[in-house]
Amino acid sequence: MDIVALLVILAVLCAVVALVSAPLRGRAVDRVRAESDDEIAELEARKEAKYREIRDAELDMRTGKLSQEDHRALDRQLRAEAVEILKALDDARG
Amino acid sequence: MAPARKRKIRLVVALSAAVLLAGALVYTSLLSSNKAVTPSDLLSAKAGASYQLTGKVVDGSVRNTSSGVDFRVRDREGTAAVPVTYSGAVPDPFREGREVIITVRKQGATFVGERDSLVTKCPSKFTEDATQRS
Amino acid sequence: MATVGRALLILALAVALYGVAASVYGAVRGRDEWVASGRRSVYAIAALVTGSFAILEIAFLRSDFSFATVASHSSTTTPTFYKGAAAWSSQEGSLLLWLWLLSLWSSLVLFATRRQLRRVAPYATAVLLGFAAFFAALLVFKETPFELLAVVPAEGAGLNPLLRHPSMMIHPPMLYSGYTLFTIPFAFAIGALIARQVGAADWIRATRRFALGAWLFLGIGILLGARWSYAELGWGGYWAWDPVENASLLPWLTGTAFIHSIMIQEKRGMLKIWNVSLVLATGTLAILGTFLVRSGILDSIHAFGASTLGVPFVILIGVLIASSIGLVVLRRNELRSENRLDSLLSREAIFLLNNLVLVAMAFVVFWGTFWPLIAEALTGTRRALGPPWFDTYTVPLAIVLVLLSGIGPVIAWRRATVSNARRNFLLPALAAIAVGALLAVFGAATRPLALAMFVCGAFVVASVGQEFWRGVGVRRAMTGENALVALRSLVARNRRRYGGYLVHVGMALLFVGVAASTAFNDARDVRLAPGQSVRSGDYTFTYERATSHISTRGGDLEKISFGAVVDVSRDGRHVTTMRPERGYYPSRDVAGLGPVGRFFEGEATSEIGLDAGLRRDIWTAMTPDIRRLLPTIEEGDRVFSAAAGRLEPELEGQALGMALKGIVDKYLADRPEATFRVISSPLVTWIWIGSIVVFLGGLIALWPGPDAARRRVTARYAARVAEDLGRA
Repeated sequence: MDIVALLVILAVLCAVVALVSAPLRGRAVDRVRAESDDEIAELEARKEAKYREIRDAELDMRTGKLSQEDHRALDRQLRAEAVEILKALDDARG
Repeated sequence: MAPARKRKIRLVVALSAAVLLAGALVYTSLLSSNKAVTPSDLLSAKAGASYQLTGKVVDGSVRNTSSGVDFRVRDREGTAAVPVTYSGAVPDPFREGREVIITVRKQGATFVGERDSLVTKCPSKFTEDATQRS
Repeated sequence: MATVGRALLILALAVALYGVAASVYGAVRGRDEWVASGRRSVYAIAALVTGSFAILEIAFLRSDFSFATVASHSSTTTPTFYKGAAAWSSQEGSLLLWLWLLSLWSSLVLFATRRQLRRVAPYATAVLLGFAAFFAALLVFKETPFELLAVVPAEGAGLNPLLRHPSMMIHPPMLYSGYTLFTIPFAFAIGALIARQVGAADWIRATRRFALGAWLFLGIGILLGARWSYAELGWGGYWAWDPVENASLLPWLTGTAFIHSIMIQEKRGMLKIWNVSLVLATGTLAILGTFLVRSGILDSIHAFGASTLGVPFVILIGVLIASSIGLVVLRRNELRSENRLDSLLSREAIFLLNNLVLVAMAFVVFWGTFWPLIAEALTGTRRALGPPWFDTYTVPLAIVLVLLSGIGPVIAWRRATVSNARRNFLLPALAAIAVGALLAVFGAATRPLALAMFVCGAFVVASVGQEFWRGVGVRRAMTGENALVALRSLVARNRRRYGGYLVHVGMALLFVGVAASTAFNDARDVRLAPGQSVRSGDYTFTYERATSHISTRGGDLEKISFGAVVDVSRDGRHVTTMRPERGYYPSRDVAGLGPVGRFFEGEATSEIGLDAGLRRDIWTAMTPDIRRLLPTIEEGDRVFSAAAGRLEPELEGQALGMALKGIVDKYLADRPEATFRVISSPLVTWIWIGSIVVFLGGLIALWPGPDAARRRVTARYAARVAEDLGRA
């Protein structure tokens, strides 16, 4: 039993070392996005949040929480902000 | 009103509410908390005051009464013990030798437990009774 | 096997320490291969701990009593389902469960974000690995589940019968999933602070689901604990402001605040300091909760006899608090708000108010829980606060909270006009006032706080109902769908919004149940002889006759039960018959106990009688008076002690069985008195119904929106097309 246990432990040790050190041996590095991709992801997140805000405002207007005029003003402002984000996205994408 | 001034007012209101709450907390907790004691602290207890008593149930001291149980509580380590009378059903883990927490008030020679205040420490978490370790 | 289990834990500790170093080095030097290696350490730990947890589980399932922890927490007579769950009824087993869940959830979040969050993720990985290293170290050096016994006992001590309840078995994994999941937003917040990315939206988006999941799991865990207390303990309550209950409530309260206020940051870039402080506080409180249960520092029903874990946990919590505060102060410039509150009449303002109430509540609970320690530091004596003190503060705060949860859904983001607000509040307010007036007429006015909660609860249900109604109306007008289809597509298209609304309704139902069952319950403790009765509320409880029986499992005696048949009637009409019992489990610890007496010296548990209904619950528990049996038991002890060794074991077993049968029969013949607790309590069931609604709402909000996923894929393809076209 003891020798079996020892062998099992050794095998596990080898497997763990192989798994953890694989990237250092130049293998199987998950492709992490470059710096600029990070910026794009951030802008994408903002864009989605902004779109959700626009949709929410519309639903709020339709369900009577926002008056037509308020919604028009808010919607214009939100869309302007969304355009800014889209511009920044285009810049980031080059 | 200028927005900066408005914000300042809001901040002041919020802060004073927080201070008020904190003050009330300190005041009421000092006022309504019971002294946590062990049986030996209670040997010289005043009648009428209430205490949160922690100790072990003395072996062989539990007696059923018409409305609940009478038992004695002793120090975790030591022999000083006080009599406690408790009305109502005792919690399931309640047993002689177990550690209990109970809010009591002195009446005459005995300590009367407050309703629903008897807590027995959960035995599942005790490792004392466990099989001897190697 | 124990050697392997232990070796796996030591390996896990080593890998965790290596992973922390690799991740930090990789992050500082910008070396992706080291970062990847650090992330793989987390996967490796998940595998290692899974292996070690499996070894422990197998030992429990096989009743391998050479494991000390199996011998003291399980037995061959423990039902198989509970054998598996007994693993986490011990200190060491529950720490292993903690580590296991932490490693699984960490792997999940790091796998999901493996291609994103380039700057934040490495530090977050390091933080998560730091937690893993801490718990692995505890398991290796302090409380190992793989300790072996020199002498293998033939039978184990068994799982405490009190814990043999399904909800008690799911409760710890739920609670721990909640705790460990809350460390994930914590880790990413720390990572974002270090990497100066804290204002960014993408780490929030990446961890939002985990925060929501943590909130949901922790909430379910708390409720299962309450349900267990109500259905299993002979006490009849579900919440007692016990330090350990409070410890699980604290991160849940701050977590609730966080999942609301983070929406404001997502939408408006506001409240950054507040949000990051809330995440950090929630993570720290989750660790603190674990610490409170595991250290025995406060007198609690759950406290351990003697624990060695106090010091390491205090150090860990100190480090968490100091680094959190330090980082927030250091990065305060990046945490500036991008926007201002537009109006006090907006959803943001309501969220802010809800946050203040929740944080105030958390503070009250924290203060009350730690008051014994605070008082000791201030005055030199330990003092304790009882449930009434907690109620004084939490009840009004809870009422305000429920009210706000009804206002939030019907008020618009950014700005709402007074005329709109009036239109939106008119119906719900009228409904609430009508309900309040009706209840006041029927006598609820005697308890103003409970009445206030009912009014607020009605307001929430009405305002959310109106929201759904209008949403469906809009959808029907747009698409011409029928009402049910419209409701489905409305919810499917706005999962977060309508899932959240449903959670509000569930919480309102739950709080109404709590208010009704605390304010209007009638509990009586009485001693009755057969034939006597007691009244509680509108019900008459009659103790008809005593019952007793011996249960066996696998040829061994499991327990001896003494019970009662209780007839419940209302206005002379029979309502139900209940059979509360108290079961006596034989003591495994035979030293010093008589051969007969040991059957009555072990654990005792109540089997309660419960008749639950939508309107009211009727609850009874009984404690038999076995004093009268004592002379018989002592006589039996004398006879069997004298005969010890002179009888064949088989014969002795038979004789013992007959003696116990005699005792059980004698109990019945005596027409014994018994102590009863009877409770009639309105609307308790709505607590559990409310929690199911909360759970469903939470699931809806958590469910990945198919449209969102599809959109992302389509967007990726579109981007690729654009790229390809650009290249051509």
